[in-house]
Amino acid sequence: MLLPWNVSAAAQEASVSDESSSMTDEDESVDMEEYIFGHISDAYEWHIATWKGEEIAIPLPCIVFSDGIKVFSSRKLEHGASYKGLRIAAAGEPHEGKIVRVSDGSRPFDISITKNVLGLLFDSILLIVLILLCSRWYRRHDVLKEAPGGIAGLLEPVIVMIEQDVIKDAVGPEYRKYSPYLLTAFFFILINNLMGIFPFFPGGANITGNIAVTLVLAMFTFFMVNLFGNKHYWKDILWPDVPIFLKAIPIMPAIEIIGMFTKPFSLMIRLFANMLAGHIMLLSTIAVIFLTAKMGPVLNGSLGFVSVLFGIFLDCLELLVAFIQAYVFTMLSSVFIGLAHQHPEKETN
Amino acid sequence: MSLITPDIGLIFWMVVIFGVVFFILAKFGFPVITSSVEKRSNHIRDSLAAAEQARLSVEEAALKRQQMLEETRTEQGRILREASRERDAIIAEGQQKARDEASEILRSARAEIASEKEEAEREIRAQVSALSLAVAEKVMRKELESDQEQLSLLERYSEEASEAQMS
Repeated sequence: MLLPWNVSAAAQEASVSDESSSMTDEDESVDMEEYIFGHISDAYEWHIATWKGEEIAIPLPCIVFSDGIKVFSSRKLEHGASYKGLRIAAAGEPHEGKIVRVSDGSRPFDISITKNVLGLLFDSILLIVLILLCSRWYRRHDVLKEAPGGIAGLLEPVIVMIEQDVIKDAVGPEYRKYSPYLLTAFFFILINNLMGIFPFFPGGANITGNIAVTLVLAMFTFFMVNLFGNKHYWKDILWPDVPIFLKAIPIMPAIEIIGMFTKPFSLMIRLFANMLAGHIMLLSTIAVIFLTAKMGPVLNGSLGFVSVLFGIFLDCLELLVAFIQAYVFTMLSSVFIGLAHQHPEKETN
Repeated sequence: MSLITPDIGLIFWMVVIFGVVFFILAKFGFPVITSSVEKRSNHIRDSLAAAEQARLSVEEAALKRQQMLEETRTEQGRILREASRERDAIIAEGQQKARDEASEILRSARAEIASEKEEAEREIRAQVSALSLAVAEKVMRKELESDQEQLSLLERYSEEASEAQMS
């Protein structure tokens, strides 16, 4: 939700609040923290725009387990209202912005369809449709006689590049077993990254910049690496070829076992931080326009012009980053899987 | 800050959604595509190898043809040379034969001529003797015109004959 549309909506909001004399002076200035975190955080509703003081938002279903399952629309909890003993924690509370019990402020088990979940669902359906359309082309055509066109022609070079240049090189001879997972991860991250840049509904949710999403992706890689690692991989972790005193007190095994977890952890943090930082940079650049709104038309106009130019540059950069981060995640996952499938005779030590 | 604390609900949905996406794409999506692409790249590689093979065999055939052409040319030269030798030999033989024949003909002609000449000589001699006999007869007739002479001659002949009988 980064983007000109929302931002212009925010401008509307700002001008509306300017007009309303009842607002305090503090409310008139743009609340940067709320503006940025409102765009990058998960939410129980999908806010699209604020139009003449009215919020245009898609209410989403809340599913909460608190004294039994409770399913209701997020509209019931708008503006701090409480419903069935539940409310959304206000700013400054421990679980800010999340559904908590009214009684003690604790967090129930909450699997609501939030903005990010809906974005994930939408992007996943889009991805499945695209890939299945592509695979349908191959089912229906003789690949030896026809050149792919349409979606197949668009996706095939990318799939071939990832499979041949990244997966095959990094994983090694057993790459076929892992290429479906790695390709899925690549396209899943790519489409969510790209949809995150897209400013309008159903794009704009900060999905891959959410640590829960990258955590799950990293977990999948962790299981792919460790569930199918060969004997040599486990021997290298638990009894590596190092002097015995490093193994008797298990220093090396301890380091290796920590390494097992730091690898996916780095994947998680890298993707999360890159996407989040990209979103925050873009939002901040656009925010310059609103922050300078009160500094007079000359400063506002010139800085606005600069920030639009810089915003265009950052958007292009984000397009590149969207691809690079998907590529890097896939490549590192491939490398980790490849490391779990090394054969001792291939080593040079 | 909530930014770096993963939310359980989102983790749950992410596991479900990513799991389903992974299942669907890994079962119906990517294997079809990658195997088709691999099939095609194998096909292309094989075709390239076949084309290379074909190029090599064409080259080989061209080389062979060239060789055969050269061989044929030398053979042709050899045959031509042989033929000309043969021709020369035949001509020489023919000339020899013709010469032999001619000399044979000449010889037989000479022999014929010689025999013809002898014959002619003989005829001439016979003619000459006949003529001389006729001349002698004429001469005798003229000498024996008188009876006297005829009688003396008869007498002499009879004497000669009786002398011959008595002896």
